Amino acid sequence: MIRFIASRIGFAALVLVMLSGFVFTLFFVAPGDPARIVAGERATEAQVAQVRENLGLDRPIIEQYFSFVGRSLSGDLGYSYRNQQPVLELIKNRMPATISLCVGAVVLWLLMGIPIGIMSARRPGSLVDRLGQGFVLIGVSFPSFVLGMAALYFLYFVPRQAGFTLFPPGGFRPFLPNPGLWAWHLMLPWFTLALTSAAIYARLTRGQLLEVLGEDYIRTARAKGLSERKVVYKHGVRSIFSPLTTQLGADIAALLGGALVTEQVFGLQGIGSLAVQSVQTQDRPVIIGVVMLAGFFIVIANLIVDFLYILLDPRIRT
Amino acid sequence: MTVLSVRNLNIDLPSGDGHVHAARDVSFDVEAEELFGIAGESGSGKSVLSQAIMGLLPGAIISGEILFEGRNLLDLPPREMQRLRGNRIAMISQDPLSGLHPFYTVGAQITEAIRTHRKVSEAEALQEAVDILGRVGIHDPDKRVHDYPHQFSGGMRQRVMIAMAIVLRPALLIADEPTTALDVTVQAQIISLLNQMRRELGTAIIMVTHDLELLSSIADHAMVMYAGNRMELGPGEAVLTAPAHPYTLGLLRSSPNHESRGALPSIPGQPPSLLIEQKACAFAPRCAAAMDICHKERPPLRNFADGTRSLCWLEDKASNTAAALPAIPEEPPAVAQSSDIVVKVSDVRLTYGGRSLFGKSINLDVLKGVSLELPRGKTLGIVGESGCGKSTLARIIAGLLPPTSGDVTIEGQSVLGLERHDWVEMRKRVQMVFQDPFGSLNPRRRVGSIIGDPFRIQKVAHGAARKNKVRELMEIVGLNPEHYNRFPSEFSGGQRQRIGIARALALNPSIIIFDEPVSALDVSIQAQILNLIARLQRELGLSYLFISHDLAVVRHVSSEILVMKAGQVVERGETEALYHHPQHPYTRELLAAADPHYRKSGGGLADPQSSGATP
Repeated sequence: MIRFIASRIGFAALVLVMLSGFVFTLFFVAPGDPARIVAGERATEAQVAQVRENLGLDRPIIEQYFSFVGRSLSGDLGYSYRNQQPVLELIKNRMPATISLCVGAVVLWLLMGIPIGIMSARRPGSLVDRLGQGFVLIGVSFPSFVLGMAALYFLYFVPRQAGFTLFPPGGFRPFLPNPGLWAWHLMLPWFTLALTSAAIYARLTRGQLLEVLGEDYIRTARAKGLSERKVVYKHGVRSIFSPLTTQLGADIAALLGGALVTEQVFGLQGIGSLAVQSVQTQDRPVIIGVVMLAGFFIVIANLIVDFLYILLDPRIRT
Repeated sequence: MTVLSVRNLNIDLPSGDGHVHAARDVSFDVEAEELFGIAGESGSGKSVLSQAIMGLLPGAIISGEILFEGRNLLDLPPREMQRLRGNRIAMISQDPLSGLHPFYTVGAQITEAIRTHRKVSEAEALQEAVDILGRVGIHDPDKRVHDYPHQFSGGMRQRVMIAMAIVLRPALLIADEPTTALDVTVQAQIISLLNQMRRELGTAIIMVTHDLELLSSIADHAMVMYAGNRMELGPGEAVLTAPAHPYTLGLLRSSPNHESRGALPSIPGQPPSLLIEQKACAFAPRCAAAMDICHKERPPLRNFADGTRSLCWLEDKASNTAAALPAIPEEPPAVAQSSDIVVKVSDVRLTYGGRSLFGKSINLDVLKGVSLELPRGKTLGIVGESGCGKSTLARIIAGLLPPTSGDVTIEGQSVLGLERHDWVEMRKRVQMVFQDPFGSLNPRRRVGSIIGDPFRIQKVAHGAARKNKVRELMEIVGLNPEHYNRFPSEFSGGQRQRIGIARALALNPSIIIFDEPVSALDVSIQAQILNLIARLQRELGLSYLFISHDLAVVRHVSSEILVMKAGQVVERGETEALYHHPQHPYTRELLAAADPHYRKSGGGLADPQSSGATP
């Protein structure tokens, strides 16, 4: 077991090393001269050469890579070409908004999707089920930018015209000192980011649970005289955690893409908008920093999923 | 004392195609401590009946009465019914692999049953669970109570199921095919355990099974069901030795357990659709003794002196009625003797190696040096329990799987390391028929193209010529050539196996490997397929390798038998010699387990150790 965990962690580290090499190479071969961008449009050739030397861009790529890795390990991700701020600091400043958005959205979509799926599966074909299916259809049909726009219009703009503020149009407030304000500002972004996934999780939960409820061991549970409630929750829902966890691992990996759109719509100063800006300005240290950070979180999320698997399924454990 | 009394029970199950009439006017009584058997083929309504008693048929339209300890279960409010379930009426399901929840320990599952109905502490319940596990023959119950179901073998899991069902000492235990998913030697142990438990605890047992012989040999009373009707009911012994209904007689005759060699007296046709309301005798279309009236009116109930009751127009017992005897097809002519060896397997070994998840290297010996020879025109039977390597051997002989070492030659040519072209040629000589007639046919392709595939792949025939050949093949295996354009789902299990055989025959092979070809089929259908297989061998001079776990079937078709255990051949010999003078203890064990009378006595092999621990 310990060997298994150790091998998973080792593999995660390997993924990060490969990712860093890949991103680094990609930007080295990409067109465009960062030295010229940094030096500015009117710089002379000599100034550009000077900048190149200062940034270490004249050295061989292998050397550049290893000095990058070495510095990263000590927490130095370099400086932004744009404004000479440390990349780590830029990311740190943007983290709270993105983490608040993502964690809140995941919690929200699980709290919406799973109960709706369970209610649907308990009485397939009933009114509750059909309402749930309708929710799924709506959820998967709307792209998040449309949802975001609609939310802004109906929940901010319309009430605003009527003279009161139901929800703020965006912006980020820190969790402390006022968590209420924090949540109030994030409510619309959360719903925007979570709705599609909530629909997908409702559909997944319904399908998986329907299958599980047809299993022999569910009949055994009923034959024991358990209440229907216990049959569904203790025996049925317990079995669908594993597939849900698998899905969650994959979705967390894809979450940053969705967060990017949502941050733009609601004007949240998060990692997503930082990534967009740095790509537009060819700010390589920032891009590399953001990609590495995203990679780090995805790897950690998958590591957690692997361990959850072991906890959830005794057949893997023993 | 009567524990359960079912009176005129009718069960209709609403479905997309209309109501399925799953049970019609079924009545029976079960006494305390009695073992009451319900036999029938798939779709006869036997499992639906047991679920109706448990109250586990939501949505079904049920009329009649199910009196349990004096109360009509059909009138009980759901809460009351829930209180009875698991407490007074318990159930064991068919497949112990799927019947236990994979994520909870067996202890947790047993204590859950206890604590649902009794106010006891967790510790007390656990102690009871340990006690009951010990009683059903689990060693070290105080340790194993904390194990998960996957850490037990199939037989052990069924013991756990039984423990869970009897821990509250129910008055009635319903066992729905409790041994069907188990190996034959383990089956005997489970049956004797059930027998022992009902005597010790005074529990009445309803045992549902498709195995009429097994049932009649252990049941006090046996009920035979067909298409939702109670065809026959009587003392177990009487039903087995002097069946009153032509259907019972036909079932007994068509199972190859009898001394009979050659063709089996099969029941022609297939069971009727349950969607159609029956107005006459449900069995009439397949009955050898059917008279005009059988097709027109529902048969009356006949009572016989030995306590047997039969739903039939015949006035006498079917076993005394000459017309009711299913026609026995003519004896096959003796196959010409030949010393020509078509398949020769020498010292084939197969080892799966590799690294486990934890980096440990593991080697699994699947076959440990198997040799055999198959003479032309003969059938070599290969018998063994699940996991003995018999199906792997079949795949190696067919060239579908390369062995680790050893050689396989077909008509003198090695099947190993063939070039693509030779491999295609080899397929013309060796064909396989698989076990699962449902899973081995592509559901989205028409039967005509499934059977015609070999022609297409081998570029033998095209267009109309291919179509004609396919029709010929369909005719040979007893399918209606008109059904050329149908999909596999439109055929019954037996017909699908005919499709599989037709596909195997397409290229005129000299050797066919049958991997459990009839084990998924009902007895009456199984006889039809076995007869077909035998007829084809006679007419086409084919050589067969016949793999099965069912000794009776293997004995019936084979001239020579190979007994396999754990990847090795433990015994081989001429069929009759092997049956009458088995040399190896394992062969004797298999034979004993397959003999119903042996099972009745409880057997001397009820030692749980021999079924092994974790697989």
